[in-house]
Amino acid sequence: MNKVVKNVEEALLGIQDGMTLMIGGFGLCGIPENSIAQLVKLNVRNLTCISNNAGVDDFGLGLLLQQKQIKKMISSYVGENAEFERQMLSGELIVDLIPQGSLAERCRAGGAGIPAFFTPAGYGTEVAEGKEVRVFNGKPHILEEALTADYAIVKAWKGDTEGNLIFKATARNFNPMMAMAGKITIAEVEELVPAGTLDPNFIHTPGIFVQRIFQGEKFEKRIEQRTTR
Amino acid sequence: MALDKTGIAKRIAQELQNGWYVNLGIGIPTLVANYIPEGIDVEFQSENGVLGMGQFPLEEEVDADLINAGKQTITVKEGASFFDSAMSFAMIRGQHVQLTVLGAMEVSQNGDIANWKIPGKMVKGMGGAMDLVASAENIIVAMMHSNKAGESKILKECTLPLTGVGCVKKVVTELAVMEIKDGAFHLIERAPGVSVEEIISKTEGKLIVPEHVPEMKI
Repeated sequence: MNKVVKNVEEALLGIQDGMTLMIGGFGLCGIPENSIAQLVKLNVRNLTCISNNAGVDDFGLGLLLQQKQIKKMISSYVGENAEFERQMLSGELIVDLIPQGSLAERCRAGGAGIPAFFTPAGYGTEVAEGKEVRVFNGKPHILEEALTADYAIVKAWKGDTEGNLIFKATARNFNPMMAMAGKITIAEVEELVPAGTLDPNFIHTPGIFVQRIFQGEKFEKRIEQRTTR
Repeated sequence: MALDKTGIAKRIAQELQNGWYVNLGIGIPTLVANYIPEGIDVEFQSENGVLGMGQFPLEEEVDADLINAGKQTITVKEGASFFDSAMSFAMIRGQHVQLTVLGAMEVSQNGDIANWKIPGKMVKGMGGAMDLVASAENIIVAMMHSNKAGESKILKECTLPLTGVGCVKKVVTELAVMEIKDGAFHLIERAPGVSVEEIISKTEGKLIVPEHVPEMKI
């Protein structure tokens, strides 16, 4: 099945004010840069964004924050972003911080048809407030519910016309689970190839999880902490 | 003399055992990788999706797609593997990682840890810390004994929002190595030249001091 759309404009058709979006990436690594730039252009507002981080002030989801397009963020770590911190502390932005492993598993569960699961992470902390606690093997666990999104926007290294995806190195991170959890999943890839080009043995995300795929026009791939020896 | 950050990392590195998979947090814990004892074979896991982390890259090796959980550029060793975040935390929650080393703002005598939030002031988020501390069998905290105002961070009870409860087993500071058991800190070693009296005076939580407290060998 051909999933290819012409460009980023066509890929993001249908995204509207007030929707819930999942955005792949860890820090600035493996984020769908072209789609984020298009979201800024579209100026859709009141978004709920599920993403591990919130970018930096002038890149990644930070660009949407600058324009106040985000109403609520669901993330695990939001340091390195002064505008984010300002909006959060002033109450302009609703922020739901959840443990990183729970975030990943909640996305996976959302895509896998598992409505909720028990995890030990967060027991005895603010995160557990209002959540059911059960003891398994003598250890308390809290109930975490699955997450899904109207649109999941992920970034892969290579993809084919069927929507099969291969990620590179640590740019994989949240992208595979979010691809599973989107009602519509948009994949932006560095290299789009014909079906049959990628070895089926090495596909990370099978095309069934991807509804639209396009090759990004350019990738800046900004580095947050360039560390050398 | 109290240890510097490097000294704390060197002391923690002595805890590494052959065949362990180890997760190192941001800050002092990251430095531990530089002081693996001779003959000890360990692999470092980074929760953003890599096992077999190597040293920092040369300028020409820098790859934006290859970072650690602190978002620093890294390299990988031969035999490394990449995976997604759900699998990464399956390794952590499933107790396939033998040691977690992380920083803290406060630790209490029953092993509670606080390191992600100062209400009204600083909220960066817990990242993977809550998953790590809730699951790891073996958690070492690397931290300074006191805050900048000189107040002890080794407490009876944490005052900041918790990251995990009853999970920390060992604390290494610039002054001391302490084990946590039976609701108290147990002084195991002191930094070279640091007196037991100084450690007692800077520890707010219950501290059990044996008759003889050896100096750390760094």
